[in-house]
Amino acid sequence: MTGFVAVEEHLRARRDTGRSVLVPYLTGGISENWTDYLREYARNGADAIEIGLPFSDPILDGPTIQDASDRALRRGVTVRSVLDEVAAVDVGIPLIAMTYYNLVISRPSFCAELAAAGISGLIVPDVPIDEAAPLAAAAEAAGVELTLLAAPATPTDRLAEIVGRSRGFVYAVSVMGTTGTEFAASGGRLATEVRRLTDRPVLLAFGISTHEHAVAAAESADGVVIGATLMRRILDGESPEQLGAVLAGFRKALDA
Amino acid sequence: MTEIALPMPAASVMTEPGELGRFGEYGGRYVPESLVPACAAVEEAFREAWADPRFHRDLDRLLAVHAGRPTALTPAWRLSAELGVNVLLKREDLAHTGSHKINNVLGQALLAQRMGKTRILAETGAGQHGVATATAAALLGLEATIFMGEVDIERQALNVFRMKMLGAEVIPVTSGTRTLKDSTSEAMRHWVTCVDEAYYCLGSVMGPHPYPWMVREFQRVIGDEARRQCAAELTTGNPDYVVACIGGGSNAAGTFAGFADTPAQLIGVEAEGGAAIAAGKTGVLHGFRSYLLQDENGQVSEAHSIAAGLDYPGIGPEHAYLKDMGRARYVTVSDAEVIPAVHRLARTEGILPALESAHAIAWVIRAAESGELPPWSTVLVTLSGRGDKDMATLMEAS
Repeated sequence: MTGFVAVEEHLRARRDTGRSVLVPYLTGGISENWTDYLREYARNGADAIEIGLPFSDPILDGPTIQDASDRALRRGVTVRSVLDEVAAVDVGIPLIAMTYYNLVISRPSFCAELAAAGISGLIVPDVPIDEAAPLAAAAEAAGVELTLLAAPATPTDRLAEIVGRSRGFVYAVSVMGTTGTEFAASGGRLATEVRRLTDRPVLLAFGISTHEHAVAAAESADGVVIGATLMRRILDGESPEQLGAVLAGFRKALDA
Repeated sequence: MTEIALPMPAASVMTEPGELGRFGEYGGRYVPESLVPACAAVEEAFREAWADPRFHRDLDRLLAVHAGRPTALTPAWRLSAELGVNVLLKREDLAHTGSHKINNVLGQALLAQRMGKTRILAETGAGQHGVATATAAALLGLEATIFMGEVDIERQALNVFRMKMLGAEVIPVTSGTRTLKDSTSEAMRHWVTCVDEAYYCLGSVMGPHPYPWMVREFQRVIGDEARRQCAAELTTGNPDYVVACIGGGSNAAGTFAGFADTPAQLIGVEAEGGAAIAAGKTGVLHGFRSYLLQDENGQVSEAHSIAAGLDYPGIGPEHAYLKDMGRARYVTVSDAEVIPAVHRLARTEGILPALESAHAIAWVIRAAESGELPPWSTVLVTLSGRGDKDMATLMEAS
């Protein structure tokens, strides 16, 4: 297991030093040199990295990440090819796969393959808690932490169940929308409510595109996931080093 | 995936799929957390409405006075004489807006109104479900927003104009394949942003629970009527074969529901280029688990059919279950068999079927001519829609 770092343990340790957790997203296989972006993220203040395994029909993603997935798929990327490339990378922080359920069930031992490639976390947005039992069991058996989503529309009793069964952290979706939509105040309310229910790290995601959003989100959550705004830059041709600088900017804003 | 091959008594087929919306291993509610409360609210509202005699009275009245139900059961005399089997046509082409889609949307629009929603969202492929949704929205004073792929907008300009005439907003979908698969994804993405005021009116027996079950219940009027009509028409009471075309599978599900507890053989006809059961394997898309066309890496494949309404890579989960149980049989028909079937029905019966419905006719012709159907067996075929929308395709093909 090259570079396998357990998610929750690592994020708790980072949080306990008083810092806001920063998790950038990268679509796996977006370019020939895509693993260089992983290294630059890690070098410039990422506490973990979410790697999207591209799917043809990403129901919870907005136009930017849809474009990124399409571009990766046109390059001929598969789950197996992404995992092979990830296995050759050791960045010293947890790697978390994000993908859709059809890709998971199309492989007989998906979670074990993740772990073998050094990926310690998993997010599957089209598997809500009611459908999660088989996947949660497979993930646990493979030592992979399955992180569940909470949304602004989630009722409180259901929220308690979600935070109880989520592993790694709780992924709080800031806004009723897809990735890349405008950040909303609903996220702060959700993160505050989730933090009342659990000691597990709570990260806010969706719509965090500016330093101001990140700082505002970190007031109510333990940290942030940043995706579409980074992928927009990569789609527009920015280099791994340029993305490293962007991430360093977010890190600095959160640390200030 | 392990296949479930337990024999089931016929009486328990096509009943209520429980809280998790399961048909065997199929179905379920595989949607992002943001949509789970909205789906649960639709389920709760549907359960209440379906148990409420007033809701049934209102729906039955709309189906009668607006949609023109019951639709006729037409004995296809000349085609029957040529084929040597007794063909009966359930005429959904005679329903208002030209297809069975109106049955489902009147039910769902009434439900949306009952839930206090002001706007209905829908996906559409060929435009039949979009036109039906726009119609129901106009009738009940609701706003309608229809998601339609750019490719389909070009292919079906007339239906786009019909929707706009009825007051609906048509949103072009530019992502992915720009056809039904992506318009469904886009409608679901949009629903996340407006669950409080909008109701998502899915057009087939697919999607997250409760849609596959609810849409089958709204479409079972086809099968229930046909069963009564067959009982009056046939000395044997029930047909030997019940045949319907399948894209998502709503006209077939509605028809089969009326005959599931009879000895009739149920036959679903898929388009060869969109045959989820014949060529797919178990997968999850758009909120449900079923057979799904996909490549060896799990990426969803594009469906290709001359009939836009069958251009969908999945199939309703209950069909997957009926297939595994052996209660229904699923067969395929190629594009090349479809156009001759249109011509033959037109010339023998004076009926121009939709290309989708012509798949069912094409299978009956093939099975009768090959001797698979015993002489003078009775065959009920659901004619899901009329062919007016397909004239341009037929002109190109002839």
